[in-house]
Amino acid sequence: MNAPVILDRRRVLAGGGALIVSFSLAEAFAQDQAAPAAVPVPNPPGSLKGSPFLDSWIRIDADGSITVFTGKAELGQGFKTAFQQIAAEELDVPFESLKVVTADTRFTANEGYTSGSNSVHDSGTAIQNASAQARELLVAEAARRFDLPAENLRTESGSVISPDGRRLGYGELVAADMLHVQAQPKSKLKDPASFKVVGQAVPRVDIPAKVTGGAAYVQDMRLPDMVHARVVRPPSYGAQLTDCETSAIEKLPGVVKVIRDGNFLAVVAKKEFQSIKAMNALSAAAKWKETAGLPKQDDLLRALTGLPSQDSTIFERSNPLAVGQKIIEATYTRPYQAHGSIGPSCAVAQFVDGAMTVWTHTQGVYPDRQGIAEMLRMPPASVRCIHVEGSGCYGHNGADDAAADAALIARALPGLPVRLQWTREQEHAWEPFGPAMVTKLKASLDGNGAISDWNFEVWSNTHSMRPGGAGAMLAAQHMAQPFAVPAAKPLPLPEGGGDRNAIPIYKFPNAHVVHHFIPAMPLRISAMRSLGAYHNVFSIESFMDELAVAAGADPVEFRLKHLDDPRARDVIEKAAQAFGWQKGQKAPQGRGFGFAFARYKNLAAYCAVATEVEVNRETGRPRLVRAVAAVDSGQVVNPDGLINQIEGAIMQSMSWTLYESVTFDDTRITSIDWQTYPILRFNAVPDSIEVHVINRPGQPFLGSGETGQGPAAASIANAIADATGKRLRHLPLTRKRIKDAIDA
Amino acid sequence: MMTLKVNGQNHEIDADPDTPLLYVLRDDIKLNAAKFGCGLGQCGSCTVIVDGNAVLSCVTPLLLLEGKQVTTLEGLGTIEAPAPIQRAFMEEQAAQCGYCIAGMMMRAQALLQKNPKPTDEQIRAELEPHLCRCGTHMRILRAVHRAIRLMDTADASSATPRRAQ
Repeated sequence: MNAPVILDRRRVLAGGGALIVSFSLAEAFAQDQAAPAAVPVPNPPGSLKGSPFLDSWIRIDADGSITVFTGKAELGQGFKTAFQQIAAEELDVPFESLKVVTADTRFTANEGYTSGSNSVHDSGTAIQNASAQARELLVAEAARRFDLPAENLRTESGSVISPDGRRLGYGELVAADMLHVQAQPKSKLKDPASFKVVGQAVPRVDIPAKVTGGAAYVQDMRLPDMVHARVVRPPSYGAQLTDCETSAIEKLPGVVKVIRDGNFLAVVAKKEFQSIKAMNALSAAAKWKETAGLPKQDDLLRALTGLPSQDSTIFERSNPLAVGQKIIEATYTRPYQAHGSIGPSCAVAQFVDGAMTVWTHTQGVYPDRQGIAEMLRMPPASVRCIHVEGSGCYGHNGADDAAADAALIARALPGLPVRLQWTREQEHAWEPFGPAMVTKLKASLDGNGAISDWNFEVWSNTHSMRPGGAGAMLAAQHMAQPFAVPAAKPLPLPEGGGDRNAIPIYKFPNAHVVHHFIPAMPLRISAMRSLGAYHNVFSIESFMDELAVAAGADPVEFRLKHLDDPRARDVIEKAAQAFGWQKGQKAPQGRGFGFAFARYKNLAAYCAVATEVEVNRETGRPRLVRAVAAVDSGQVVNPDGLINQIEGAIMQSMSWTLYESVTFDDTRITSIDWQTYPILRFNAVPDSIEVHVINRPGQPFLGSGETGQGPAAASIANAIADATGKRLRHLPLTRKRIKDAIDA
Repeated sequence: MMTLKVNGQNHEIDADPDTPLLYVLRDDIKLNAAKFGCGLGQCGSCTVIVDGNAVLSCVTPLLLLEGKQVTTLEGLGTIEAPAPIQRAFMEEQAAQCGYCIAGMMMRAQALLQKNPKPTDEQIRAELEPHLCRCGTHMRILRAVHRAIRLMDTADASSATPRRAQ
C-alpha cells in the first residue's frame, strides 16, 4: 500500500493508548445509523446531530497524539487542512500535532455526501464544537486532579496548566471513556479575537506530496498482486449486447479474466497496458443493438419544455399597490455540461473472505457502500468504502460507477486487488452530466425605474441521481439481473436542485417563481457544482442587467436599489470598488464591463464578481481580461484556501459559460474527449483575478466552494453585452454565437 | 527486455515495444507523478522530460526511448529537498486537486532549462497543451514566475540544482 492515506489508516488501526477502548466502542456502534439510540440531546451543532458522540470526531491517545475524523471527502478543496486548523484552534494544540482522517465507513461518521458547499458548515462546525467540548472535559479532569476550579486553568499546546505552572498533558488526562459522551448543544468556543490558527493562510497539507510525485490519489495505489481492469461500456444508453466472442481475448498476453454479466463487459490483466490492449480487442468483438432515443441537441428549449413536468409555485409575493408600466421578457437556456475531471474515474476493490473493500474517490462513502452492497446482494456491514482522493470531481462524475465496476469485477476474482481505470472516452460519454435547463423571465418596471413585478419559471431535471440504491450505478444497470434506475425526485428547498437560487434574493413587491420539474431524463444527469444555481443565477443576473438598461440605471446601483441584506450590499460594494466600477463608465474600445452577484442557495456564502471582457468583432472571440470578486463566507478558516476556491470557480465557470456543451446525435453522446468537448486553455486565461475576502469573525461558516459559479457566468455575459451591445441568452456564449449576434 | 534510463537510473523493462512510456513509468517503475488523463495527447497530465524536451508520455511508445534520458517529477527533488519548481508550486499553493500539476511542472521545467527568463506570454504559450479543470491557472503562472526567481537565486548562489536531462 503506497498511498499515504492508507498509511494513516494503518496507524489508526495500530492504535494504542488510553482511548482505544472508547474508540472501539465508537467503531462498533457510534458511527452507524443503526447504532443503539443515544439519549437525544437537543440540537447539537453541525453534523453532531447525526453522530453525537465526541469520539466519533476526536480521538486522543495516551501519548497525546490526536486524530480528527470527518465523514467528508477531500476533493481538492483543501478542507482537510481547514478541519485540522479548526480542531487545532479549539483543542489548543499545535496545527502539526493533529492528523485528520477522512471518509471511511469503518472509522468516520456518516455525513452523507461531500456536496453543496456544506463541508465546513456541517463537518467543520461539528469538529469545532467537538474539539471545544473535548477540551472542556480535559480541563475538568485536570481541575479534579489539581483540586482547583476549572476557571483557574488554561490550556496551551496540548496541556492544561495551573496558575502555579503545573502542567498535565492531554494524553495523561485522557481516560478510556472520557470522549465517549454525547455532544452538548452549546460549546464554550474560543473568542475569535484570540484565534491563532483559524483565519491563517496555513499551507495545505496535501500539496507537498502532489508536487513531488508522492502517492496522492486512488490512481496511485499499488496493492500486492494487484491486477488491472478495464470495462467495455455499451456504445449508447440502453444498448444491448447481442454477441461477444471472448475466447481469443482470454488468450491475449497477461489476460486474467474476461467478465460478462448481461451488458456488463470487463477484462482483467496482469499489467495495465495489457488490460488496455485486451479492452480494445473486447470492444471490437462486442456487437450491440442500439436504439435511437436522444432529443435534438440544437433544440433543447423545445425538447425540455415539451416534456411532461410537475409544476409548483415555490415563491409568491404580492403587493397590488406596486404596478409596473414597462414589461420585459427573456428566455435563457443552458445545455448539458460535463464535469470533465482531468483524471478519469478509478477505483481499487478487493474481495476477501466474503468482505468487500473499495477504495474510491466517491463523494459519499456510506451511500456508495449501500449501493454496492445492494448490487452484490451483500449485507452493507460486509462492504467497506474508503475515500482516497481522485482528480477533482466538481460533483457526481464517474467515481461511484467506477467503484461499482471495481467491486463487481473484484467479486469474480476473490483475494486479488483489482484496479479499475476508466478511459477518457468513457468518462466523457458516461458521466452523469449537469442537466440542461430553460428559464423564462418576465418583469415590469415602475415609473421610478424599480422592479414592481417579477416572474421566473425554470424547467429542469433533478440535480441528483447519486447512489444510495444500486440502480444509480452503471454496473448495476448493465448486469444480467439489472437494477432499475430509481425514479427522479426534485431536491427539497431551501437548498433545492433545479430551483436552487431560483427565488430572488432581491426585494420585489410582486414576485412569482415556478419550478417545472421534469422527471424524464433523456440524458444521464446528476449533480454538477452549484446544481441549478449556475443557470438560475446566470438568468437572474443577466436579466437584472437587461432591466437596468431598460431603466437607464447603472447595474451596480440598480442591484443595490433592490437589496436590503447588509452583507449582500457589502460584497457588491467591495467588488465594485476594487474593480474601479463607476456609474456612467465606458469600457475601452472592444471591451465591456460586467457585474453579477448571488448568495449561494440564498443561505451560504455571498459572492459578487466584476469582469472586463474583450470581444474581437471580426471573429466574435471573447476573452476574459480580468475579474474582481468579493466573497463573504462568514468566519474564514483559511483565507488562501477560500481565495483558491473562488479563483477556481471563476475560471471554471468561465469555461462552462464560453465553451462547453455536451454534443449528441439521436443515439450516442458524441463529445467524447477534449477535442470534441473543448474547455478553457491557457490562451484564454485572464490577465488577473483578484479575490477580496470579507471576514466575519465568530459568524457561522458559510459554504463557499460553489458560490462563484453563477455570478462569474452572469458577469461575463453582462460584460459581453456591454462590449457588443447584444444580449446573449443561450449558453455557452460561443465565439460563433457572439459573431452571429454582432452581424445580426 | 530493454534498458530505460529514468531519473538517472537504468531500469530493465520487460514490456512490449509499443507500450506507451506512461505505463512503463507507472506500472513497471512504480512512479506516481506522470498521470493518465486522456491517453490521447490532449491534456498534458502525463508530461515528462525526455532528453530535455517535454514529451507526452501517454502517446510515446517505449521503442522510441532506447538510449534516451527520461526525467519525471520525482527526479527533480523531494519533499525534504524540493527543486526550485517544486518549491515554487508549494509556496504559491498552486494546486487544487493537483492532478494536472505534475505535467504542468515538467513542461515548465523543460522550458526554464532552455530559456531561464521566459516572458509571461512565452509561459502561457508553452503551457497551451495542458488542461486544468479546477481553474488553478493564475496560480500555476505565478508559480512558474516564482520558479524563475528561485532558479536565478540558486544559480547566483552557485548551488547546482539537479537538472533534468
